[in-house]
Amino acid sequence: MSDEELQEQTQEEEGQAQATAPKKEPEAPAPPKPIDHVKIKAILDSNLGARMRTWLSICARCGLCADSCFFYLAHDKDPQYSPAYKIKQTLVELYKRKGQVDRAWLENAKEIVWGKCSVCRRCSMFCPFGIDMAIMFGVVRAVCNSQGIIPTGLARTKQNIIETGNQMAMANEDWVETCEWMAEEWGEDYRDLVVPVDVKGAKYMYTVNPREPMYYPQDVGMMAAILHVAEESWCVPTVGWDCTNLAMFAGDKAAAAIPVRNMYNSAVELGVEQILTTECGHAYRSAAFEGPYFLDLPSGKPPVPVKHAVQLFWEYLKSGRIKIDPAKKLKEPVTLQDPCNVSRSGGLWEMLRELTLMLVEDFRDMSPNREYNHCCGGGGGFIPMGPEYKRRRMESGRVKAEQIKATGAKYIISPCHNCFDQLNDLNKEYKLGVKVVSFKELIIESMIVPDKFKPVEEDEDETAEGAGEE
Amino acid sequence: MYALYEFLTGPGAWIAFAVFIGGLVVRAAFLYGLSRERDKLIYQHFNPSWGLRSIFHWLIPLGSVSLRQQPLFGLVFFVFHVCLLATPLFLLAHNTLWDQAFEVSLPSLPEALADYGTLVVMACVVFLFARRLVRPEVRAISGPWDYILLLLVLAPFLTGYLAYHQWGDYALMMVLHVLTGELMLVVIPFSKLGHLILFFFTRGFIGQEMGARREIDGRLGARTW
Repeated sequence: MSDEELQEQTQEEEGQAQATAPKKEPEAPAPPKPIDHVKIKAILDSNLGARMRTWLSICARCGLCADSCFFYLAHDKDPQYSPAYKIKQTLVELYKRKGQVDRAWLENAKEIVWGKCSVCRRCSMFCPFGIDMAIMFGVVRAVCNSQGIIPTGLARTKQNIIETGNQMAMANEDWVETCEWMAEEWGEDYRDLVVPVDVKGAKYMYTVNPREPMYYPQDVGMMAAILHVAEESWCVPTVGWDCTNLAMFAGDKAAAAIPVRNMYNSAVELGVEQILTTECGHAYRSAAFEGPYFLDLPSGKPPVPVKHAVQLFWEYLKSGRIKIDPAKKLKEPVTLQDPCNVSRSGGLWEMLRELTLMLVEDFRDMSPNREYNHCCGGGGGFIPMGPEYKRRRMESGRVKAEQIKATGAKYIISPCHNCFDQLNDLNKEYKLGVKVVSFKELIIESMIVPDKFKPVEEDEDETAEGAGEE
Repeated sequence: MYALYEFLTGPGAWIAFAVFIGGLVVRAAFLYGLSRERDKLIYQHFNPSWGLRSIFHWLIPLGSVSLRQQPLFGLVFFVFHVCLLATPLFLLAHNTLWDQAFEVSLPSLPEALADYGTLVVMACVVFLFARRLVRPEVRAISGPWDYILLLLVLAPFLTGYLAYHQWGDYALMMVLHVLTGELMLVVIPFSKLGHLILFFFTRGFIGQEMGARREIDGRLGARTW
């Protein structure tokens, strides 16, 4: 999701070296339509279930949520950043006024629910009543979205999804071509490497974040190499290969259903056992937990189980299906970013740590960590929201920057693309001197490649080098 | 004054308890019915074990990461709730009334202990009131009702304490004591004080939502405590 707009040179000079999103020009500014209060009321009503009613009525105004919020902490405990205050200003007000709000109000609400919240769900862990405030902000986002009042970056990605089924408007043919290209390129280093496409009955259907084929095709190559060395039964689909879901953060349920439907349909048609998602946080959350609700599936569960790449890596390393060369483990201090949607909302934090310990020698955890981690500041749609939000993203990311600094780490592992971009930005902004890496990269760097997968001509050299550790 | 007292402890008490219990039952029943229809998520991932664990940890003193972050508040919060519930329930004078009316009663606390319990509740209310005013993040979200409800909780304890010690006009204190006590009962189902029972539902929900649903291969889900 590195679709930071680069129209502004200044941003680029700040080191915003991320690639531009495929340009769907934002539509020419039409005269603002009048606010559709009927629509707003309908959204409010449809969300007024038992949970919402209870949450709205029992908040005791104890203020415990404030300290849990990194926006609040990063703004020196300014009360207007506390979750309960942000809810009070937005959702509570919407219900109180029965949706009778004007454009200026909605514009202001937009700045709160997108600009002051990354829906990381940390506050719900600190609320005595467990009020799921991220869901409540989601309703406000839906209301704003219904009136076309959303950050331009998200509007653009949402449009891409609606028109092409993926957030970067990449043609399916280009995706498949990229896979073929990567198979060719990586096949030079890994004998017989292929990226199988649409294989019926494969065990895993691998889905990616479109920024991989678009800007970081090596990510596809690395994953293919790992799966190849593990002798996995897998494939990529021609359709439904984008596991990300930025429409989810745009508050657009109908659009959020599109990528999930494509992905689930392909999985069912191909008859795969599981959907495998790349190292991306919100993609996993969308595929594994929220997707069924965008599609109103009666079971509340995806049609086939969804697995995050780190789960698979963990299984490979734990079982010895992939072996790590101890000599190639990272020696320098390494810390780990718990992406909100992988840890808190994904349940994978212990696996992340066990996997890390199998790959590095000097692991230094951040504090707080695991399910209590702080969002990096790039989640909830923040990264694709574009340059107008970048300053805010850097300010609120201070909490994460300080956490990283305190570990003294030289590397930071991020199993999430959003975190990856944000951490890179924070690295420059706060001069952290760290290198952000993914698990894929670490595994590629350190795995022992059995002879049969080594390129023919280098066979002998490699064996000599890799011997002796077993 | 006596007639008023008679009314308040007679029909008044019936009305107050009927509204209190009836209100809570109706509210819970309504929300339950609505949840079956609108919050399918709860039942699709129903997991009592995670829900109960979450509830348990929030009922014990400083049992959650959140309360441990503000240990003073966390302890006051705990002591306040315990004394608020226990003192009136196990007060000898209250149980004598139950016994006279229905010949059933709960065990009673020694009077001196109940007296301390009352003082503790009052001290906690003062603390919570002050906290609401002093801490900017709490003041910012507090509305008039948050202060009024605290005072409403304070009132029966204060008047009961004064009456017990026969400070001021005893008859007046008793009338005010019963009146404010009943008022508080009546307000519970219709205000945030409904958390008396709703706490268990929201807590249980988030426990399973963050815990059970995120449990992978039998590994820990997110603990919401």
